[in-house]
Amino acid sequence: MTTTTTLGYDDLPELLTRLTGDEKHDWSALSTLDTLWVLHDRVLADGDRFLLSKGHGPQAYYAVLAAKGLLPLELLASWGSFDSPLGNHPDRALAPGVGFSSGSLGHGLGVAVGVALALEASAAEPPAPGGTPRLRRLAGGRVFCLVGDAELEEGSNWEAVQFAGRARLGILNAIAIDNASSTHGWPDGLERRFMLEGWTAVRVDGRDHEQLAAALTPDPDAVRPHLVVAEVSR
Amino acid sequence: MMRDRFYRALREALDADERVWAVTAEIGTASLGPHPRHVNVGIREQLLIGVAAGLALEGKRPVAHSYAPFLVERPYEFLKLDLGHNDLGAVLVSTGASYDGARSGRTHQAPEDVAAVAALPGWTIHVPGHPDELEHLFREALRGDDRVYIRMSEEQNHARVDGGGFTVLRRGSAASPLVLAVGPTLAPVLEATAELDATVAYLATVRPFDREALRAALPATDVVLVEPYQAGTSAAEVAAALLDRPHRLLALGVPNVEFRRYGSGPEHRAAHGLDAAGIRASLEAFLAA
Repeated sequence: MTTTTTLGYDDLPELLTRLTGDEKHDWSALSTLDTLWVLHDRVLADGDRFLLSKGHGPQAYYAVLAAKGLLPLELLASWGSFDSPLGNHPDRALAPGVGFSSGSLGHGLGVAVGVALALEASAAEPPAPGGTPRLRRLAGGRVFCLVGDAELEEGSNWEAVQFAGRARLGILNAIAIDNASSTHGWPDGLERRFMLEGWTAVRVDGRDHEQLAAALTPDPDAVRPHLVVAEVSR
Repeated sequence: MMRDRFYRALREALDADERVWAVTAEIGTASLGPHPRHVNVGIREQLLIGVAAGLALEGKRPVAHSYAPFLVERPYEFLKLDLGHNDLGAVLVSTGASYDGARSGRTHQAPEDVAAVAALPGWTIHVPGHPDELEHLFREALRGDDRVYIRMSEEQNHARVDGGGFTVLRRGSAASPLVLAVGPTLAPVLEATAELDATVAYLATVRPFDREALRAALPATDVVLVEPYQAGTSAAEVAAALLDRPHRLLALGVPNVEFRRYGSGPEHRAAHGLDAAGIRASLEAFLAA
């Protein structure tokens, strides 16, 4: 890899300009930028997994990966071209640093449930004689999945939400970027829906790095999956 | 019974290999029984495939199982994206086939399943004709990390065919047609061709399709393909195999119609012309044409 220097949050506008060729854009309008930055700068540790389910508008993701040295800076300008590994929706088979291929909405949470099951069970205790086998939680390895408030309209998400709550997948964390883009909305809020299914949930200002970092550093002994709604204006 | 053999083989694999996980969606859950690495997601088939993909992402070897229409058709895009596009593998094992659920009606009949899976890149598709073949193919599939679809059926042949792959069972004259029986169609095919000058071959693995073996086995120009699912599912494979050889193809299988009948599997088989009498009638008309 040619350039793997680590850059800061203030460098992201320049990376986004490289990516898009657009020098006048107000990049702060990108709904996922701050959440992705805080995740990669302050939250994700060795052994953690991240799945970007909301693959639409991946500029912020590519820029953050490049800033963190996970994606060569030189690739940014190629975005969307025929030979580029960087498309309008990220492809894990092509793009360095990308762990999940997305674009079609409503796929990430279900896969994240499978990842969480594998991590939680990476050491199964042998069944006691005549008893029911039990799974033992190992240290390290949390799963983070980023979705959008409109993406949650897809019913497949709720299959995952329901099951994760019942299975008490405490290492699973969903981040819902809420920029009120769901046409029919979520009367009484997304949090209530997740909590009814057995999750813990909190709503934070999706531009506030301290709030995001605090909300995304969940209790390591959690026995319930956790939802962080990151509210941003459109 | 293939189903019983499958549950037993999967239970043994769960005990023997930490990489193996079973994912079910209520169907077959009780028959398989509890195990720390058996996850029943409830009646949530999109999650069934998503969980399998997530397990594969962590290096596991997931086995997802349900009735064919709910394993393949309902979560079809999840096969395409969660597994295929994410470059992940899983072993999908279905039950119900084309019309095992005859009495349950159209909702439980999936003659389209093999064509649907075959339309996605990178899938190996097995259509075993006997429980011994099923067990062998399933255990082989567990060893890999690729995408494998195994289609079980209540219909089965009288004996297993050894050797795997494309197997010539009977050779006719140099002018004889090649009758290629897929999976559980072998029993009626053998009966239908008993008194005919025919070369009979058997195939349980239809994707990838062994084009070379078909070329090598074809005595003359006539090919009769007998598949237990939608007619013509492998016709393009035969055409590609014989691109430079003038040939005629009769592709038998379940017709692509909205078939509104209940009853039994044997009644459906006969109605689709896939019993011995039906195959023989189609074959004779084809050879006389």
